This record gives sequence, C-alpha cells and structure tokens, in this order.
Amino acid sequence: MLLTKKASGSVRKSGGFINNVNAALGTVDRRGFLKRSGMVAGAGAFASQLPFSMVQKAEAVPLAEALAAGGKIEVKRTVCTHCSVGCAIDAVVQNGVWVRQEPVFDSPINLGAHCAKGAALREHGHGEYRLKYPMKLVDGKYKRITWEEAYNEIGDKLMKIRKDFGPDAVYWVGSSKHNNEQAYLMRKFVSLFGSNNCDHQARICHSTTVAGVANTWGYGAMTNSYNDMSNTKCAMYIGSNAAEAHPVSMLHMLNAKENGAKMIVIDPRFTRTAAKADQFVRIRSGTDIPFLFGVLYHIFSNGWEDKTYINNRVYGMDKIKDEVMKKWTPAAVEEACGVPESEVYKVAETMAKNRPSTIVWCMGQTQHTIGNAIVRASCIVQLALGNVGVAGGGTNIFRGHDNVQGATDVGPNPDSLPGYYGLAEGAWKHWAKVWNVDYDWLKGQFASKVMMEKPGMTVSRWIDGVMEKNELIDQDSNLKAMIYWGHAPNSQTRGTEMKEAMEKLDMMVIIDPYPTASAAMPDRKDGVYLLPASTQFETSGSATASNRSLQWREKVIEPLFESRPDHAIMYQFAKKFGFADQLVGKRDGKQNVKVVNTPQGEEPVVEDILREINRGAWTIGYTGQSPERLKAHMRNMAAFDVKTLRCTTDVIDEETGYNINGDYFGLPWPCYGTPELKHPGSPNLYDTSKHVMDGGGNFRANFGVEREGVSLLAEDGSHSLGADITTGYPEFDHVLLKKLGWWADLTEAEQQAADGKNWKTDLSGGIQRVVMQVHGCHPFGNAKARAVVWNFPDEVPQHREPLYSPRPDMVAKYPTHEDKKAFWRLPTLYKSVQQKNKDISKEFPLVLTSGRLVEYEGGGDETRSNPWLAELQQENFVEINPKDAEIRGIKNNEFVWVMSPTKSKIKVKSLVTERVAQGTTFIPFHFAGWWQGKDLIDKYPEGAAPIVRGEAVNTATTYGYDSVTMMQETKTTLCQIVIA
Amino acid sequence: MARMKFICDAERCIECNGCVTACKSEHEVPWGVNRRRVVTVNDGKVGERSISVACMHCTDAPCMAVCPVDCFYKTEEGVVLHDKDLCIGCGYCFYACPFGAPQFPQAGAFGLRGKMDKCTFCAGGPEVDNSAEEIKKYGRNRLSEGKLPACAEMCSTKALLGGDGEVIASIYQQRVKRRGKGEEVWGWAMAYNRKDAKSAAKQEVKA
Repeated sequence: MLLTKKASGSVRKSGGFINNVNAALGTVDRRGFLKRSGMVAGAGAFASQLPFSMVQKAEAVPLAEALAAGGKIEVKRTVCTHCSVGCAIDAVVQNGVWVRQEPVFDSPINLGAHCAKGAALREHGHGEYRLKYPMKLVDGKYKRITWEEAYNEIGDKLMKIRKDFGPDAVYWVGSSKHNNEQAYLMRKFVSLFGSNNCDHQARICHSTTVAGVANTWGYGAMTNSYNDMSNTKCAMYIGSNAAEAHPVSMLHMLNAKENGAKMIVIDPRFTRTAAKADQFVRIRSGTDIPFLFGVLYHIFSNGWEDKTYINNRVYGMDKIKDEVMKKWTPAAVEEACGVPESEVYKVAETMAKNRPSTIVWCMGQTQHTIGNAIVRASCIVQLALGNVGVAGGGTNIFRGHDNVQGATDVGPNPDSLPGYYGLAEGAWKHWAKVWNVDYDWLKGQFASKVMMEKPGMTVSRWIDGVMEKNELIDQDSNLKAMIYWGHAPNSQTRGTEMKEAMEKLDMMVIIDPYPTASAAMPDRKDGVYLLPASTQFETSGSATASNRSLQWREKVIEPLFESRPDHAIMYQFAKKFGFADQLVGKRDGKQNVKVVNTPQGEEPVVEDILREINRGAWTIGYTGQSPERLKAHMRNMAAFDVKTLRCTTDVIDEETGYNINGDYFGLPWPCYGTPELKHPGSPNLYDTSKHVMDGGGNFRANFGVEREGVSLLAEDGSHSLGADITTGYPEFDHVLLKKLGWWADLTEAEQQAADGKNWKTDLSGGIQRVVMQVHGCHPFGNAKARAVVWNFPDEVPQHREPLYSPRPDMVAKYPTHEDKKAFWRLPTLYKSVQQKNKDISKEFPLVLTSGRLVEYEGGGDETRSNPWLAELQQENFVEINPKDAEIRGIKNNEFVWVMSPTKSKIKVKSLVTERVAQGTTFIPFHFAGWWQGKDLIDKYPEGAAPIVRGEAVNTATTYGYDSVTMMQETKTTLCQIVIA
Repeated sequence: MARMKFICDAERCIECNGCVTACKSEHEVPWGVNRRRVVTVNDGKVGERSISVACMHCTDAPCMAVCPVDCFYKTEEGVVLHDKDLCIGCGYCFYACPFGAPQFPQAGAFGLRGKMDKCTFCAGGPEVDNSAEEIKKYGRNRLSEGKLPACAEMCSTKALLGGDGEVIASIYQQRVKRRGKGEEVWGWAMAYNRKDAKSAAKQEVKA
C-alpha cells in the first residue's frame, strides 16, 4: 500500500550565517569521507571510483553558538588510547573544553574510522566518574588530602620500607597506557629507586610473543602492519577476535577480502571475526600447537613448503619436519584439538595456494602456560611457507593497549632496561651514560650488584611476592608495598588470592585517572592512597602502535580536576626521594631533560625525554624518531599511502621545513641512526626486497654464528637489496668494521665515539650510519631465523595440556613441565598442580575462557565509566552452549553462579548461545566492582565508582604461568555453572 | 540537489557499535535513547550478519503520514526531520515506523512519552542551523557544515555509508562487483523467483 503523505513537508531554509566552519576547524568535508569509503582497490583507483561531482556542495554555516560565545576554537590532533591500532582523532576544543571530535580521514591507519570506544573518546573531556583529587583510606573511608600530604606520607613510608626491607620490597606496576616518554621515565625511576621490581600490561598480554618471536628471528613485534593486511591473499586469525579487540584493523582486512583474499578463523568461539571468515575452525581451547603442526603436516606432505627460502633463511626446519611428520598425524591432531583432517587440510591448502598469506594472533595464543611455544609454532608455519619478510605476509601480532608496544620497547620491564638491553653490567653502563648518571652511584641504590642484574618479579606474580614463604623467594624481603600506576587488578588471575595479598601489604598506592577496582577490592581500613593521574589527552607525547609506528599526541585539554600527568608525578616523587636530578640527567653542568613549572607542579619536558630515548635505544632503532619528525608526520598525514604507509613525493612540513618524502608513516621502528640520517623506518620487518635505507632488512644475527657445526648465518645470495656483503654476516662492531676496511668511512668524531663499541652501544650512531648508508648492510647482521630455539624449555614447540585440563587422557599423553624453583624470583608450579587437578574436570567439567568486548578495554575502569559505552554492556555474562544450559536448567539472561576450582564463585548473567561449543564457556574480562555476588559500590570514593560494575572473571581463574615469561593462563581453565 | 541516504553493508558491519557511540557523543543523546543501534541475525552461527539501523529517511515516510500534528517535514536533501515544538509525544510514528527509529525518553512515573527523538541525519531541526536552540533539541547540524552524519563518517569498516544516494550506491555497487557476490539479493529474480535468484542474477550481470 502506498502511504499517502498528509503534507509534502516544508522545505527548510538554511540559516543566515555564511562563514565556513570547516575552514575554521581545518577538518575534512564530506568528500574526504566518501573518498576514503570507496577505498577498495589500490590507491590509483580512487579517483575513477568516485564521481565527486555527485556530492552536493553544502551551504556552509558556522557553529552559531560558538560565534555567539566568542569562544576560541582549536583543533588538537590526538590518537585513541583504547587499542593498538592507533586511530587518529581531531579534538575540537572551545575555550579549553573538548566540545567535539572529528574523524581524521587523512590518517593512513584508520582513515577516519572508529569503533565504539574511539567514537566515544570525547567523554575523556568530561571525566565525570574520575578520581578527582588525592585521597587516602581512613578508617575504611576515602578522605580527600592534598598532593603535598600525599607525597610526604607516601614518600616517608616508602623510604622507611626501603630502609628496613630493601628497595626490592616495593613493587611498581607501570602502564601500557603511559606514552613512550612516561613509560621510559618509569623504568628509569624504578632503577634510580634501586630495583627491577616493575612491570606493565605486556606481561599478561604479549610477553610470550615478545620472547618467542624475538628468539625466532630477532625482534618480538608485529612484522608487518594493519595496513599491509590489505596486500594479503590469505589471512589466518588464530587466537584473535579482531572484530571486537581491534575493530578498525578489519577495515584493511575487509578491503583485502573484497580483492579476493581468503580469511580463516581458528578459535574455540564463533566470534564476530569468525562471522566474516571464509572458513571457521573450532579447536579445543589451548590446542593451537596440534592444530598448527597439523597444518604443517599437510604443507610438508604436499611439498608446499618454500624450499629455497628455508634453505637460505631458516635454521632447524628439518628437525621440525621430523617431529611434525612423526607426531602430528591427522589422527593425533584430531584427537588433541577435535578438528577432522579435511578441515586442517583445507586450511593448509588455502594458506599455501594463496601466498603471501599472513597469520594474526592475540591473547588466544599468548595466555597459556605454553604460550611461548604456541607463538613459535605460528612463526614456524610462516617460515615454512616463506611468508616472513614479504608484503602481505608476516606474523601480524595485534598488541592490546595503545602503547603496549612502546612500553614493551622502552618501558618498565623487570628483565630489561629500555630497548631490550637486558640487565647485564654493560647494559647498565650504557644507560647510565645516556642518563648522565654515575654508574657506581646507581649501583649503590640497589640491594647489591647481583640484585641489580637479576630480573624482577612479574605483575602476574606480585601476589606471590607478598604471600610466598620468605625462604622460597629469590630476594631478601617479601613485597611490602604495591604501586599500581595505571594498571587494573582485575586483569590478573587468581583474584581471591590477590585480595588476600592486598590486605597483607603495608601500603597500596593507586596512581590512575580512575580509582580502579584496586580501591574497592581489599577489605582494608587504612594504608591505601589514590592519586589522580591525567589521561593522555591532558598531556602530550608519543605512542607506538602495534605496527611499530610512533604517533605524537598533542595535548587536548589541561589536566582535569586535581589530576597531574604521570611524568610530573614521577619527577615530584623523585624530589621526595632525592633523585630528581638523576631522573632528568642533571650533572656536571649538563641537563638532559628540562623541567618546567606548571599548575600541576614541576614537570619534565616530554620532547626532551624522547630525545634522550633517541640517544640511547639503538638496538631497536628508536633513535631516528625525533619529536620534530613525528610532529611533522602528524601534521601531514595525507601524504602517506594507505597500502604502503610511505610518502613518495616532496611534502614539506610548514612548521619545521622538514621534507617527509621517503618516510613511512610514524617511522615504524627500527628507524636506525640519528634523525639526521633520515632512515625512513621499517614497514615490514626482514624484507630483503628493499634496501636497508628504504626500510629493508633480513633476519637478525643474535644467536651466535654457528651451532653444532652448522652456520646460523644466511646463505650466499640471501641479503637485503643492494648490500655490499652478499652472504650472511654477523652483527657489526668496531672490530668487524676495521676488518672490512670500513673504519675510515666514519668521521673522526664518530671514530672516537665508536671505538670499542658495537652498533648497539655506539652513541654517535656512526657504525649504523656507515653500515647502512655507505654499504647497504644491516647493523644487526644477516642470519637465519631459528625454527629450533635451543635456549627455551622446549626447543621444538611441544603441546602440553593446561594445568586445569578437561581431558585427563590428554594430560597423560601431553603432560606439563616440571615445577621450577626460582623463576623470576619465585617458585613456580607446573606438574604438581596438574597432577593434583588431573581429575578435577569431573567436578568442574566446563572449559572457562575469557576475552574482550568491543565496548570495553582492559580492566574496564575507564570505559565502564563512559556512559556512551556503559549503556551498551550493562552486565557481565557467561556464554554457555544451549545443550550445557539445558542440562543445568539454565535459561537465557538469568543469574548464574560460575564456580571455580579455587572455591571462589562469581555471579553473572547467562547468555545461552552457540558461539561456544558444548563444554566451553566464555566470560569477558573487563568487569569488576562486584565481589562474589556483592556490589562494592560503597567501597569506592564517592562519585568515582564506574557506572557499570560486575563480577571480574579473574576472581574465578586459576594458577598457571608460561614457562618462559610468567604469562598467566587465562584462556583455559575449568568451571561449573549453576542457577543462582 | 543530493538525495541523502544511508546504506549498511552487511558484509562489512562487524557490530562494533562505533556508529552508536559516534551518535551519542556528537549529539549528547541521553542514556536510554538510541537514535541508532546495531541489529544482528544468526548470532554465533555461520551466516551471522549485522546491520546498523536508524531512521532511513524514507522517500514515502510512514511517520509523516500518520503524525496527527504534522510535525514532520522533509528537507531539500530528502532528510526527514520533525519539529519538537509541535510533537505531542503520541507515539503514532513509533507504531508506523518499520525500523523502530522514533525514540521516547522514559521520564515520569507513568511512562510519560515526552517529545519524540530520532536520527536527524545530522541535520538538526527547524531552528537556525547550529543555534544553541537547535543543538539542545536536535543535536549538531553537520550537513550545514558540509559534513556527513557522524555515525557513517566514523564507521570502523566503512560498512555504514551515508550521503548522496547516487554516490553511496556506486560505492556499494563496486564492492558487490568486487566481491563477486551479493548481486543475487537485488533485482527482479530475487523479487519473484527466490530459488533461481542467484543464477538469474549472475546472468543479468553477464548480460
């Protein structure tokens, strides 16, 4: 039936203003949006696709109220803080208030696109539920105090603990939400305090990736980029739910798909990512190795491996082949992970016949007791197919937080100084020199030289640092104080034990924009301090996205309420501790980092901190990314190609006069040499088809030059484009340079600085310059990747059942590791826990796994306090298969208890769904604020509780840690579910 | 004059709700009022698809037809808008709308309806463009600034397209061609002979 209009409606006229608001705001008009929306083919196809003349030019009208108010309108370019994709945002600020956000269509990374979190970013400018001023717990209630009181009381107490129990009695959890400069300063701060007891989210995020992947081929980072995925012909997501965890990355994948790329998703859950796949394969949680080696079995059986590539660039593949063909037959694979041969074959065939193919993984692979081995199995598949160092290939490892890559690279890691230098004497001496700090003074800050060089505890295990018997821990004292500096507690496992640990501490300090669940979890009467930190929108600095590109954030607004930027708080604490001068490198009339006065007190200058990083982090090429270059990139984003990330024409930045021609967007590390060398950054790692000065490379020589009589260096003819040395070679130092007769290529000043040094410690950058610019070689050498990592517990990746396994038969067949005594300073259990619980699946028959929701991030304190996001997910829930629900009489959307083998139980809503298979359950991990059925709202400071609270899945999770990095096992444990 | 339309590409929508919060943020839409939402079918199964839904700014809008106080009007660009000063909150438009677009604030003890609120295609209301009054009642007026709706501009995968119907149709058409599937859902064959729709559509394309 045709509806008849009652009236044709009045055609409305526009208002009388004619000023062009777009010109005032400098934002992009609708053409910009449509141009980027049409991006399905290569860059060249844009124009032909888009009939711009079809777009009606709108009559431009200004923001009337803005004009009326006479407010000053500014546009600040920043980057979303909610995941590692790095989506740019233009914040419109009027009279100092963040009034709007506009998409940045020019950003080559996100082309203006946002997920729910990015599109709701402006709420950070409201911060209604933030922690507003320093507070301390007095008789069970939070009371407001001043910053001065906070510094004095906390400072005195920490100094006393340091004096009585030693510097290792304080644990510092830093943050992947700090920018690079703050994360770096945090590592330095803890070093000056005299300890390695610091960590951040990477431990429980991708530590296994970093260790496993770096030990395979050199660097432990995403090899390619989100953008490069549009070049792939086949992508296999295994342990990644990108559609929820990295939504904007899907933009590039879906572009690839429209150009014919295949998409495979391997997961225990049918996720929203799986909904977009050509093939979905459901595996039993934690059986990634059987599956991946099952794929490899078919690759070898059909001769699909890249034999030339393996011969030239891979060490130990024969050993893998023997193991795979013997052990991982289709029958064994099906028995372990439940996938029939035909499906595994199809995956292998699709990956092999659609090269370049890529593998994407996230926490699904990393958060296991064997995470280090699982990620290596993925690397091995890619090496076998010759996919690494190729555009469209690689291992696209999606990191979590916005700066977890940067914080891993230069931040508070317990086992390394910035830049993966480690903790050996040489590393300390290198950084002491960069920091302009006396090495012997620094050594004196530590309990001893031994403790100075011993990796600290990890954030995943800090609770054991408090609770474990003193004689069993590998440091003098147990932990007495805990500083949570930008980290949620509900993201760590064993919640019930954590609560006990929190209650046992002498003092807890939470430095965060939000009180976080740490403020509410413990039943304490006193000894808790909450200090309001500013968000990344209230300061400036650089953040490293997952693809290793650095982006500079402008300060959007002044710090809200009484909050202060993290680096200012660090400096102000350092003053209290008496090492403020060392923190900013002030000695002998020199000062590395200037300090300025602000309404938030004294604050080190962020740009200067980055310059100090530039002067020290040679190992991973964090040396070329000067603040000036990064800012020029942010101002000229349109210059970079979406598919290659490169700028290929002369584009002169107006402010600096810097020509960005040749640069890759954000100077993805390694960006070697000094900024003046103008290395363009490395878009895809280990890519031999490019010259090193064009971002090319090869695998790193980091594991010696020979093993059991076999060379570890690349074969003849395998080298990066245009290299003077056309075979494998070791890493460069002054000796090798002299031997090759290249020493004379250094300037006199460089020679002076480089003598006795190598490419990592030569502060002049001369070695890197000569090796790359003059001779086209790679400073870290040219070697083979290792399929066999002999320094790991399992040199060939082995499947081992989780400690809490639903399959006693598989436990017998694939048992876990032996218990370890002192591992990251703590005894760590494997076999004893597994044996004790081998039949526990009778009582707790359901696999419990956890993961992300698109609306929330991490522990969720920030995002659950944002009304625009909170409205979309108001209750925590457990996904349960209809059959499992039916057996238990559970209906959809009713309260259930999830019972854990730890005797804890959590109350969540049921979501009866086929997303999970029978026998598997899933709970998102972002919730907190409830404790075993009880809402803790009264325990938060008034007005600062998140809008949405719920039960934390990690209240119910169990023991289990990776055998190399202490990654916690969150992806496979057991539970039982009953109606509440 | 351009004819403004939305289209949501179900092959691309990943149910990320970016469109929903973009709308909330741009217009400061209160809790409980959803001008836009994402609907998913076959959740958790092969064949799962999502689309983002809001007011479709119908050519022959049922809300306009039923409104007893005639508060709706259509702009030159085909955007269906309404006048909150005229709206009596009766809810007829809610019954008439096939998309559930009209929203009513849930205020008051007896479920008081209040003035209807819905997607404006980011084109405000009858007041002077971007006046304080207009922003308060209807939210921002992006069209008058030469921009397009915030939801579409910020869509994470460019699934939701909003703008001149001719332009977005051509973008969508190119995607369908490139994907080599999806054409079967269009055309006479689909309308009159479901079984043979796919092959018929292919023939149509070949021809």
